[in-house]
Amino acid sequence: MIEVEQVHKRIGSRDILQDISFTWRENRMYGIIGPNGAGKSTLLSLLSGVEPYQSGRIRLRGRPIEQYGRKELARWLAVLQQEALPKAAFTVREIVAMGRYPFQNWLGQEEEDAEELVDRALELVGLHGMESRRLNQLSGGERQRVALAKVIVQQPQLILLDEPTTYLDIGYQVQLLDTVRRLQKNEGLTVAAVLHDLNLAAQYCDELIVLQDGKIAASGTPEEVLTADLIRSVYGADPIVLRHPEHGVPQVLLRRGKDLE
Amino acid sequence: MLLLAVSVVVTLSFGSAGLSVGKVWAILLHQLPWNADSPPQWTRLEEAVVLQVRLSRVILAVLVGACLGLAGAGFQGVLRNPLADPYTLGVASGSSVGAAFIILMGFQAVLGMWTVPAIAFATGLATLLAVFWLGRTEGRVELETLILSGVIIQAFLGSFVSLMISMSNSVVNEILYWLMGSLAKRGWEHVLLMIPFALLGLPAIAAFAQPMNLMVLGERQAAHLGVRVERTKLAVLVISTLLTAAAVSVTGVIGFVGLVVPHLVRLIAGPDYRLIVPLSALLGGIYVLWADTLARMALSPKEIPLGVLTALVGAPFFAYLLKRRKAGLKEGSA
Repeated sequence: MIEVEQVHKRIGSRDILQDISFTWRENRMYGIIGPNGAGKSTLLSLLSGVEPYQSGRIRLRGRPIEQYGRKELARWLAVLQQEALPKAAFTVREIVAMGRYPFQNWLGQEEEDAEELVDRALELVGLHGMESRRLNQLSGGERQRVALAKVIVQQPQLILLDEPTTYLDIGYQVQLLDTVRRLQKNEGLTVAAVLHDLNLAAQYCDELIVLQDGKIAASGTPEEVLTADLIRSVYGADPIVLRHPEHGVPQVLLRRGKDLE
Repeated sequence: MLLLAVSVVVTLSFGSAGLSVGKVWAILLHQLPWNADSPPQWTRLEEAVVLQVRLSRVILAVLVGACLGLAGAGFQGVLRNPLADPYTLGVASGSSVGAAFIILMGFQAVLGMWTVPAIAFATGLATLLAVFWLGRTEGRVELETLILSGVIIQAFLGSFVSLMISMSNSVVNEILYWLMGSLAKRGWEHVLLMIPFALLGLPAIAAFAQPMNLMVLGERQAAHLGVRVERTKLAVLVISTLLTAAAVSVTGVIGFVGLVVPHLVRLIAGPDYRLIVPLSALLGGIYVLWADTLARMALSPKEIPLGVLTALVGAPFFAYLLKRRKAGLKEGSA
C-alpha cells in the first residue's frame, strides 16, 4: 500500500525527517509515536501528498505520490486532522456530503447516490438524527465525529489520522478509535495514526513506528517496541511497563520525579 | 430576479426631468420593433432623456453593482476573512493613483473619453501584481501575508493620492469627486464595456463555489478533499480583481457594496457559496441601482456622490442586521 524509501525532508536549514524507510501493507493499523518535534505530523503530511520532500521516494499502490492529481488521491486517501472542524454555518449533513467532492464532476454531480452513503456514515459515528444541526452548535467532540463521518463518505482505502484524539475526553477517544478500528477490519483498510497516548497506540495498532529527531528509532509490534528501555531513551521518562490485564498488550505507567517521593 | 426587474422599472421612472411614469414606458415600448409605427406623443428631448441618459445609467448601475458583489463574494470566499472586500488587495488605491495623476496633469483628453478608465484599469492591475509579488513566498500565497501586503500597498498608494490632492488646489474637487464614485455622465459605451465583465465574471466565480465551500473548513481540509487550493485562490483573486478594476475604472471608488452585499446574502441564504455567488451579483446590482437612484433624486438637481450614499445608507442597515442576527454572521465567515 505504502512504500517509503530513504525520504528526506528539510525546512530551512533544519532536517525534519532523515532517511525514513518502511513498507506498510493492506488491512493493518499502524501507529506513529515519538516525542514532540520528532517529525510525526510532518511524516503524515508527506504521506497525504500535501507537502513536498527533498529526496527519496514515496509510492502509494506502486505509483510515486507526486504523480497523483489532488482529486484522484482524495478518492481513496482520507485524512482526519487533529483540530476539530471549524464552527462553520453548514449543517452536519452538508459537511459530511462534502466528502463526496472528489467523486463529483465540475457541475457537482456524481453517478453514485451519495445520500445513502451519508446516511450510513452518520449511523456509524452515532450522529443519526443530528444531520440538520449546524456545525457551530456542536461540541468539539461532536465536530470530530462529523469529520470522521466525512472521511468515511470518501470511501478511502487508506486513512491517515493526525493525533485525532488530542482534544477529546477519554470516552470520546475510545469511541473514535473503536469506530476507526472496526471500519479498518471490516473493509480491510490501511490506517496510519499519529498518536500521543502510548497505551491507546498499544491497544489499537498492529505495528508501531517510533520517531526520534526525524529518524526511525524503532519499529515492530507494540510488544517489541514498548519496552522500558526504549521509552527511557526516546522520551527521557522512567516508566513502568505492565501487561494489560484483559488484552495482554503492554501498558505504560509513569513515575513522578525521585525527589518527590 | 423579480426584485431586480421591479427595481429597474421603478427607478427608470424617477428623474429630474419631470417625466410621467406612463410617458417613460410609452417611450420604451415604442422601441420594440412591433410597436414602432404608433405615433409618438413626446418630444425628441424627452426620448433622449429616457433612452440615452436614464436607461443606460440604470443598466450600468446594475452591472457595476453585480461586478462588485461578485468580487466581494470571491474575495471573502478565498481570503476567508469577514473584512475582505474588493478593495482589500489595494486595487482601488492603484486605480485611484492612476486616475488622480491623469486628472491632476490635465491629461483627460489624450486618449479621448477612455483616458481615465484605461489608466485606472492599468494601474489597478499593476497594483495587484505588486501585492502578489510581495505576498508570495516559495510559490505559495499565504493569506495573512497577502492581506498585509494589500494593506501596505494601499497605505503607500493612498498617500500618493493625498499628495496629489494637496498639490493641486484648482482641480481638487475633480479628484475627490472621482474618488467618491459616480454614475453621472456615463453612457452606453460604458455599459458595453461592463457587459463582458459581468457576463463572464459570474460563471467564472460560480465555477469555484464548491471549492470555496470546502475551504471554509480550512485550506488543509480542502486539499485533503481534492481541492487544488493554490489554483483556486489565484484564479478567484485574479477574476475578482479584474471585475473590481473594471468597475472602479468606469465609476470611481464605490465603497461598501462588495463588503456588505455578500454578508447580507449570507444572512439570508446561508453559508453555501453556490447560492452566495449568484445572489451577491443580483443583490449587488439592486443595491447600487437604488443607491444611485437616491443619489440623483435626494438633493435633485444636485447629485450626491454614489460612494458616499452606499455607505451612508448601507452601514446603518447592516448594523441593524448584524445586531439582530449576530450569530448568523459569525458562523458564515469563520
